Amino acid sequence: MPEIGPEGQEKLSKAKVLVVGAGGLGSPIATYLTGAGVGTLGLMDDDVVSLNNLHRQVLYSEDQIGQSKVLCAQARLKALNSEVQLLTYAEKLTQSNAETVIKEYDIVVDATDNADARYIISDCCQALGKPYVYGAICGLEGQVAVLCCGKASYRTLYPKVEGAPAPEIKRIVVGVTPAIVGGAEAAQVIQLICGYGQPLIDKLWTIDLRTMQTAIYNL
Amino acid sequence: MKLKINGKEVESAAKNIAELSVELALTQQGTAIALNSRIIPRTEWETTALEDGADLFVIKAAYGG
Repeated sequence: MPEIGPEGQEKLSKAKVLVVGAGGLGSPIATYLTGAGVGTLGLMDDDVVSLNNLHRQVLYSEDQIGQSKVLCAQARLKALNSEVQLLTYAEKLTQSNAETVIKEYDIVVDATDNADARYIISDCCQALGKPYVYGAICGLEGQVAVLCCGKASYRTLYPKVEGAPAPEIKRIVVGVTPAIVGGAEAAQVIQLICGYGQPLIDKLWTIDLRTMQTAIYNL
Repeated sequence: MKLKINGKEVESAAKNIAELSVELALTQQGTAIALNSRIIPRTEWETTALEDGADLFVIKAAYGG
């Protein structure tokens, strides 16, 4: 492919990418970045596999219920591409560990399931000057943006309003929503590393799977 | 005044985006508003005037992963 070629493959093999969250979004993101031959892939999640994860968290199987997601993911991804260095963090991203972990990587990919983690990633990426590939899903809708390497951060998109009630988080989702949105995030990462086309820097991409309507907004 | 909000025509008395957010009873946390495909920063909501026929999109934050 002219957009990647041997040069792009070389860049991919030297890249260090951190995926925060190893659930619905994290599964396709980690799978496709491993397949693409990213040099070092960090996986961070403190959760264990549950039965109700399996329709969308395609890295896992029924016999792994109760086991650490990042360790199961590591084994599966190593079988997919043994040349990728897979590092695991079986812990939650917090304000106190964010900098120590994130500073080791070139790009951070969002596969989290809450607003607090997104503010932490965004603040840390902005402070360290690292691109933050944001992605989030709700039901049949999804959003992706590349933040913290232009002028916009997650706070530009959704400012934190002090004293506002905590947002209601809807956990019901169709398995294909994170597949599509996570795939789009992985595509952004590959694009950023190889340097082709126009990545979603300071742009928000949205998709509605009821109509397949997509839109891009400038930030 | 008629506005187009998420593709639907809506009658509104809002003079700016801040007034529109009140009129639509939007939650302060987790809401973005785009005018002509540009997301208007929260700090510009009061100073961004709305004209007849303005094309707006209300975008709700998604939190799942």
